[in-house]
Order: sequence, then structure tokens, then C-alpha cells
Amino acid sequence: MHIDPNKMVTIKIDGIPVTVPSGTTIMEAARTIGVKIPSLCHHPDLGVRAFCRVCLVEDSWSRRLKTACNNLVDEAGDITTNSPKVRKARKTILELILANHPQDCLHCERNGKCELQTLAAEYNIRGNIFDQVWKPVPRDMNNPALVRDMGKCIRCGRCVEACQAIQTTNAIGYSGRSVDFRITTAFEKPFSESPCVYCGQCVSVCPVGALYEKDDTQRVWDALDDPNKVVVVQTAPAVRVAIGEEFGMERGAIATGKMVSALRRLGFDKVFDTDFSADLTIMEEGHELLDRIKNGGTLPMITSCSPGWVNFVEKTYPDLLPNVSSCKSPQQMFGAIAKTYYADKMGIPRDKMFVVSIMPCIAKKYECQRPEMNASGYQDVDVVLTTRELAKMIRMAGLDFGFLPEEEFDHPLGLGSGAGAIFGTSGGVMEAAIRTVYEVVTGREPESLDFTACRGHEGIKEAQLDLDGTPIKVAITSGLKNARVLMEKIRAGEADYQFIEVMCCPGGCVGGGGQPFRTTAAIREHRMDGLYQVDKNQPIRQSHKNPDIQTLYSEFLGQPNSHLAHELLHTSYQDRSKH
Amino acid sequence: MSKTMQLLTARCGKIRPDSVADYIAHGGFSALKKAMNMDPMEIIHEVIDAKLLGRGGASYPAGKKWKQLYEIEGTPKYIVCNADEGEPGTFKDKVLLEKDPLSILEGMAIAGYVFQSHDGYIYIRGEYREIQKLFQAAIDSAVRANYLGKDIMGSGFEFNVHIVSGAGAYICGENSGLLNSIEAQTGRPRVKPPHLAEVGLYSKPTLVNNVESFACVPQILNMGGKAFQELGVEDSGGTKLICLSGNVNHRGTFEVPIGGVTLRDIIFDPEFGGGIPDGKELKAYHLGGQSGPIGFPEQLDTRYDHTSLKKQGLSIGSGAVVVLDDTVCIIDYLKKVSEFFLHESCGKCVPCREGNRQLYMILHKFANGLATEKDFERMERLSFTMATASSCGLGQSATAALDSCLLHRREEFQAHIDGICPVCLNSRKYGDQYAY
Amino acid sequence: MATETLSRERVLEIIEECGGDKEHLLSILIEIQRECRRNYINEASARVVAEKLDIPLVKLYDILTFYAMLETKPRGRYIIEVCNNAPCYVSKSHVMAKFLRKELGINFGETTPDGLFSLQYMPCVGACNIGPVIKIGDKVYGNLNEDRIRKILNELRENAQ
Repeated sequence: MHIDPNKMVTIKIDGIPVTVPSGTTIMEAARTIGVKIPSLCHHPDLGVRAFCRVCLVEDSWSRRLKTACNNLVDEAGDITTNSPKVRKARKTILELILANHPQDCLHCERNGKCELQTLAAEYNIRGNIFDQVWKPVPRDMNNPALVRDMGKCIRCGRCVEACQAIQTTNAIGYSGRSVDFRITTAFEKPFSESPCVYCGQCVSVCPVGALYEKDDTQRVWDALDDPNKVVVVQTAPAVRVAIGEEFGMERGAIATGKMVSALRRLGFDKVFDTDFSADLTIMEEGHELLDRIKNGGTLPMITSCSPGWVNFVEKTYPDLLPNVSSCKSPQQMFGAIAKTYYADKMGIPRDKMFVVSIMPCIAKKYECQRPEMNASGYQDVDVVLTTRELAKMIRMAGLDFGFLPEEEFDHPLGLGSGAGAIFGTSGGVMEAAIRTVYEVVTGREPESLDFTACRGHEGIKEAQLDLDGTPIKVAITSGLKNARVLMEKIRAGEADYQFIEVMCCPGGCVGGGGQPFRTTAAIREHRMDGLYQVDKNQPIRQSHKNPDIQTLYSEFLGQPNSHLAHELLHTSYQDRSKH
Repeated sequence: MSKTMQLLTARCGKIRPDSVADYIAHGGFSALKKAMNMDPMEIIHEVIDAKLLGRGGASYPAGKKWKQLYEIEGTPKYIVCNADEGEPGTFKDKVLLEKDPLSILEGMAIAGYVFQSHDGYIYIRGEYREIQKLFQAAIDSAVRANYLGKDIMGSGFEFNVHIVSGAGAYICGENSGLLNSIEAQTGRPRVKPPHLAEVGLYSKPTLVNNVESFACVPQILNMGGKAFQELGVEDSGGTKLICLSGNVNHRGTFEVPIGGVTLRDIIFDPEFGGGIPDGKELKAYHLGGQSGPIGFPEQLDTRYDHTSLKKQGLSIGSGAVVVLDDTVCIIDYLKKVSEFFLHESCGKCVPCREGNRQLYMILHKFANGLATEKDFERMERLSFTMATASSCGLGQSATAALDSCLLHRREEFQAHIDGICPVCLNSRKYGDQYAY
Repeated sequence: MATETLSRERVLEIIEECGGDKEHLLSILIEIQRECRRNYINEASARVVAEKLDIPLVKLYDILTFYAMLETKPRGRYIIEVCNNAPCYVSKSHVMAKFLRKELGINFGETTPDGLFSLQYMPCVGACNIGPVIKIGDKVYGNLNEDRIRKILNELRENAQ
């Protein structure tokens, strides 16, 4: 079979002629005429597995039914997507899956958001001709970030694709044969004893309730209900362009104002912005970079704001830990500042402060409880909620999100520059850093604040700048598979960069494991665009020009990388390669 | 007049298996010599004219397969011999591997020459450990004598054969599962398209044929494709190794010309099965392996060739013939068949994994007199879905035996619902738990 | 020579002896298992193989649990495998299976208390012409009756001393 994307192929689908490029799948071709062939294992960003067999169609050239996800128009005759044979086979397959699935939708994490549930409803399943064979399986819950409930697994294999092919973490894989075919870690260990870095990409693609984040919403309700606590919240940049999707807004819609309003209605005492501490991170990290360049420190320096990435280095490349910036992530810097600078300034006893962060990320749940994240003398960030958990709380409170007014963040930790906002997308940290480092080194404003070389969705991006004789060669990457490529380069001594930005999740935080379900590469693009728009709309677009940041230094921290800054805003790492 | 024919088995038991000298003395390597003086396309035409249908079970025309691969661009190309022989009731490849390994190597080398391939693989199941050692000895002898390895017969052509061991998985007999297994993965079959001829071993164009098919190739070249075809019938040439087991007097491997015998001959003729022992009656016979249909006494006069059998809803498959006498309950037997597929399913696709499980449970209910009329509907749905929706041949053909019994012996199932199966009432087997 | 557990050095040796590359992975694993007195592959040995052949451990685990000849949990010194596929069944393998259960005092999937024998089912090994068939190690025994089975078991018991 010869595929030539320049050649067009015409087939008939349901009697309608369809002309598409050679190499198009039947599923994609059907979409062009408004037919959505259902599937449980297919995902546009993952390799085709054809495990579930739900996407079957009839083909006049074959006596068997064909899966639409992997069969191409080049080898297809006349396709029927909804014949009696297709309905009979599809119904039987759904019943077979449901015969080996718990029937507790009402109590399930994915109630209302489950692809199996939706398909069963769409296919009018009203009973099951087959006997129930389902047996419960103990959940793997002994880590702070994820829950693995293999009793609900329908063996679609999406999580294995995400973990092995996309992230190359290789924490989970297939195992066994026949009815023992399952998805597990090596030697059935819990996640906490596997190479898992809690990036949550597996959660993001799971169609059912087999993988999900630990639900910390009750802890937040408890804190909000506690009159003795001052509860403040910080929101990551990537949340504001995704939270709207949970309430029917456009993909990537900028919902900052409504998000702030919702948080206030929920009862947070102060609504702050992680974009503020992102600016802070630029101050600390920019100066750290220049210091390493000037004084022969370990180069290339690699960003450290992505906790999944930090976990990965600790577990897989511990020899390269000296390359990782000592800066904490914006989330953790915020917590430290909130419970010291802010608490002291407002006369709030530190132990009464309760810091919640809303993150697009599941690994942040692990990060916040690392023993060293207690610069204030207490756990700097108490609870991390994902974008999805915030949506849960908003719904529970009965708020009509779209109806809420636009509100502003509180001061003094709520003002973030445009540079802080673009942290949420791959290339954003680098661009934000350059906007500041440029002026620090040359003493001048750059001609344009848009360093578009940092933007775009290639796996590994490179850029080169000359800052008055100081060459800065940078690399930007997202997804751990790409990160490995750069790490191997460093090990081989071939990485001639000064600075590398690594984001654990493909596309950066906009595609984080805690974002609304059914995130795809296409949807990430919209969210990315949203963040660059937020940046454009900000009057201040450089971290060092943020007046609240300037005040923080003049009143409290002194200089970037000062002794106090090191105590509160910098951290150290561990070799965790024995697991 | 003898109905058997000694073509592939001519040397078996008469030579030392790893001796090149013995092999040559009995006509060996003459085909390879001849082939290396022919044009590859000429050789392919001989194989096409021979009407050689794949001997592993799928019966795909070998000539067509060779021609398809020849027309595909890409190097290197690999030659792979499927010696996984996991189909229950089949032990004929074992005979060739043990007794005439050099004939297989000759066939592979000829294929290597046709496709300008320099590396052949033979995937031998893990349980045939001693045979692996013997086969390696045969390879070493052939290399020493310059019929394999570098510079074959001074021609400059190089062809090496590597042995890869299996480790106990019937599904590795499925060609794409087999290639995955050579590539140090599990043997779960691949998503197709792309097909193996284009994207095969290490993503290169690959030929996969059965042991017996490769053994036929030297014969075809020696006598000519047409002559090979004339040994059989119009659309299927040559001989077939058949394996008799079960309730029959003479169990073992026999070689018959295709279409030259009937099923009755195979089971009752003293040259072959020799009839049913202990004065029992024939109840049924299972053809072609577990994935084949079951035949009944009323079909015994069918000629043993692909087309005649197909007209009766039967098939040659791997050549296995398992004979059942009247002490075997059909339902019990079908339960065994179902248990096999349940155990060997790779598990990745829903219809095969869940379907085989449900089917086993239903047959278990029948066997224990707990089935109801509704179970007929369940079986029909399962059979339909598994046959049309499964990802590979295992799931697709798992219900072949069941279907043939539902068609011809539905009363056996009914008897179990009514609790009056004479075999079971006579010899009740209790305490049989679900396998899963 | 069967040992209790294999040292890292021995595992590396076996990898070399069996061909030293991924194509020979299954042969390597079978050999490691056969050298282990309890007929299984433990996590430590698996890690050595995974590291040496550059296979992610989770994928090696998939292989260990997929192939029926490989086992990740300790078993007896001698694995008695009984074919329970259709051709042997028709030759009355279930009668022999019942006898073995009684003779050894264990069920299928179990190991005798002295750690000597494990009883398992196995799929067809192409010996249907001498069925019903059992396999112990690499040896296949057919045309069995109760006396023959007892003799085989006794020989193995003596050998183990």
C-alpha cells in the first residue's frame, strides 16, 4: 500500500462520497461528513492500539468488520458506519466490557464525565445479556498525588501509551495474558515504589475512573469553614485559560476574572496569583543563571519549576542534579512568602495561615508535602487542588460560573506581569527569563518583548541571543521523552547551552495532568494562545518591572539571591534513583 | 494400492538428521543448486504453479505471498520460518524439524536467494528445547559444508539462519505475534495495516512461512511446479502431513496427497487411523486444530482437499485430525476447546478476552446442566462478535468448533438443558471448577 | 546446577552464554529460571537482565508474565506439567490428573510441602500421538499409567537426595 499525502482518495461513507488525502483513517474521514465513530481506546495524540474494537464499521471489501481507527481510506471500499451488523457487534462489545466493570457510577469519581458511561447511554444499553464477572481490586493510594483503581480499568491502554511512548517514564505497562491481561507497574509495586513522577498524563487520558488525583477538596472546605484559619489561594497561569472549559466556555477562553470571583465566593480570605511568584522566580533564577555564567558554575542550568520534571531528574538522572536551578517553583516560593512576609506584615500568626494553590498539575500535590518545603517553619503550601477539583468546588457551591462578574486579584501578592502569565506554556519561562536577563546584562530594553523563537510546538526548540558579547544559547523542551534527549546530550558533553527550560508535560502546564479531561494537542494550542493573549493584555510584561515584586525586595528580601532569599526561595534535591 | 505418499517424509528415519552427506545422498541441496541458476521470478512462478497453500493453518497461497513480497521495495528483507507449532493435535513440524531439518534450511535458503535476503530466522517453540539443539547442529553442518552462511556453494551469496526460542505462548504462532517475540517483546499480535510484507521483522519487509511450507519448496523446484500441483488437486498441489490423535488405533503423522484420500480413509483405513479402538463408535472428528470446525460421520466421504472440505464447512487447517469416540461428550469437548482459547488469548482486545471468558462460562453451565434457552442467544451473539470484531485470527476462529456443533448437533446442547445427555449420565464428572 | 538464587555475575554470564542480545531474551530467561532451584525468575535477576539488555523493567515484567514457561514466583524443584488440551483430554488425561493430585496430595497450581514437586497444567507440546502426556523439565512422558507415573516420581525423589 503506497501512501502519498498529496494524492486524494475518494470512498463512500454511508452512501456519501468523501474525498480525503491518502493515509487518512476511516474515522477521520467520517468526521468530515459529521459522523463521529465512537471509540474507547482511541486518542488523537496517542499511537493506535485498536484494543476496544468499539469503532467497528462495515466495509464492502471485507466480510469482517473493520476498526475505523487504524484502517485507511486507501484500502477501503464502501463504508457503512451504522448497519445492523455494526450495532449488534458494538452493543455486544459494550455489554462485554460492562460485564467486567463495577456498576457503581453514582459513587464514582468520573460520574458524569466518563467515556464508558457516555457510550453506554448513547448506545441505549438497558441491561446485560452476559453474567457479571467483575471482582474488586485494592486501590493503590499510598502516595500524595494519584489514586490507581485498577478495578475500573477497561484496558484501553491509553495510560501505557502516555507513560511509555509520550513520557518514557516507563512506570506502568501491560502484563499477563487472557483475562489476566492488565496494566500494572513492574512487579506490582505501588506507584510510590516505581519510576512514576506523578505527572498525571495517564490520568489525563484515562476514559474511566481507574486513574485520578487524590481528592483534597474536603481539606479545603474544612479550612474555609475554620474561623481560626486565614485561608489564601494562589492560581497558576495555566488554570485561567482552562477552568472556563469546565463550564462550557470556549477552549482556551480567558476566565481570570470569573475565576477570582468564584474563589472569593467560595470563601477564600485572599485571592492571590501564582503569576506574582512566577515573577519572583524570574528574579531569583535570572540572577542565579548570570552568576553561574560569570563564576563558572555548572552549565547548562535547567529550570526547576516543574515538579514532575524534578522527580524525573532525581529518579533517572541524579548525576545531573547540579545542573538544576536551586530555585523553588513559583508555587513553593509563594507559600514561603505568604507565610513569612505576608503573614508578618499583616500580623497573622504563621500557624494560622493556610495556603491553597490551584494548579493544572498533579505532581504539585507531591511537591508541596516534600519535607524541605517548610521555610516558614510550617508546610509552606498546605493543599494543592487541580483545575478539575476547583471546578468541583464551584459546582458544589452552586455557582453559575458564566454568570459571575469579573474581579481582580488581591494585593500584595496578586499582581503578575505578562512574563509571569506565560509560565504556563512551554517556552514561557525561557521567554520571561530573557525579558529580564536582557536588561540586567545590557542595561537596555530589548527591541521587542516577544521572543517568538521560544514559542511554537516543536518538541525541542533552540534559540541564540547575544547580550552585548555575552552569548546565551538556550533550549526549550516539554515532555519527558524530549527531556531525555537533552539529558543524554548533557551527559555526552555535547550540550553547549547556557540555559534549558524543561516542562514535564507536553506543551507545558497548559497540558498538565490536572487540567480538564479530554485535553488534546489541539486544545492545548488554544490554551497557549490564551496565555499569550493574557501577556499581551498586561500593562507590565517584564518580571523585574512588577512594582509589588520591587517592594518585596526593598522591604524584605534585599537583593535577588540574598541570604534571606536563599533561605526562603531556594531548595536542594536528592538522588532517588533506587526505587 | 497405497494411499500414502513419501515426499516430505522420504528421508525421515533414513538419514542422520544433521548430516549433510546423508542429505545429499538422498537428493538434498539439488534444488538449491538449481535455484541459484534461475531468475528469482522464475522460482516464484514455479511456486505459483505448484498451487502450494500455506501449511501452517491459514492456507494462504504461498506463491501469491512470495510475489507480493517480491514487488515490495525495501532492504533488507527477512525470511522467517514459523516453527512455533502450538496448535493442539499438531505435531508434524516436529517430525520435519527432528528428522529432516536440512530440507527446511534448503527451503529457507531458496527463499533467501529469491528475495536477496541474508538473514533467516526460525522461531522454534520453547518446549522443543532438544529440537532447538538438533536444529543448531544441522545449521552448523550446513555452514561447514558451504550450503549456508557466507559464499554458499562458491556463489558469493550469503544466507545465515538464526534460531530464536519461544517461551510458551500459542499466540506467538500468529505471524505478527511471532515477529514481536523475536524483537524481544511480548507476542501480542500487531495492529494491521500495515501488513507484514511491508512492515515485518524490525519494520522491514518479511516473509513468514510454516515449516512444512518451506520443506515443500525444494520439492517444487526439483520436480517443477506443475508436477507438484498434479500430485494434489486443481487448486491445491502437493502432499499434506496429517496428524492423527485421540480415539483412533494408529496415532501419528502420515503423508497424503491432497485430495487423494477421504476423511473415511484417514480415520478408518488400516494405512492411517485404523479405526476406533475398543469397539467404540466414531462420534466426531476435529479438523485442523482447535480453531477448525468439527466434522461428523455423515461427512466422512468428503475428499481431503481444501475446496471439497470447504464446501462441507470443514477445513484442512494445520492437518490435525483429532478423533472422538462415543465416550466423549461433545459439550465437554467444546468446553476444553474454549478453555484452550481462553488460556491462550493474548488479552488485549475485548471480544476475544471477554468473549472467550463468557463462552467458557456458558459451556460450563451446559456441561453441568445449568444452561437455559437464553444461552443459545448468548452463544450466537458471542460467536458473531468474536468472528467479526476480534483483532486477530485467534479470536476470529475461536468459535469455529462451536459453530459447527451448533449447526449439526444442536440436540446435544438441548440434551444438556434437559439433563439427558447419555455420555454425561454414564460418567458424571463432578468437582470441575471454572478455570477462571 | 540449580542454586537457590543467582548472583549478579552468574546472570551476566548466562546472558553472554545464551547469545548476549535481545533476540535471545527468551532463551536467557529460560536458562536463568532453570538454574534457579525453585524454578522462577526473581526481581533481582530480572533487574540485571533489564539493565544489561537496555529493556525498561516494566516491559521485561510484561514478558515475564506473558509467556507461560516463565514464572515470577517460587515453585518446586520439579515442575510436573500435565497437558489438559483437547487431544490428551480425549485420551483420558483427566483421569491421570486426578491420580497425580491424589498421589502428591496437592492441587494444580500448588507445591508439595517439601518443596519438591509443583503441579501445573500445560498446553499441547505436540506429543498427542502418545497422549495423555506429562512433562517434567525438558522430558515428555507419554503412554502413561499409574505404575509408570509412580516410578517416575520415585526416581525424581531419589535424584533430589
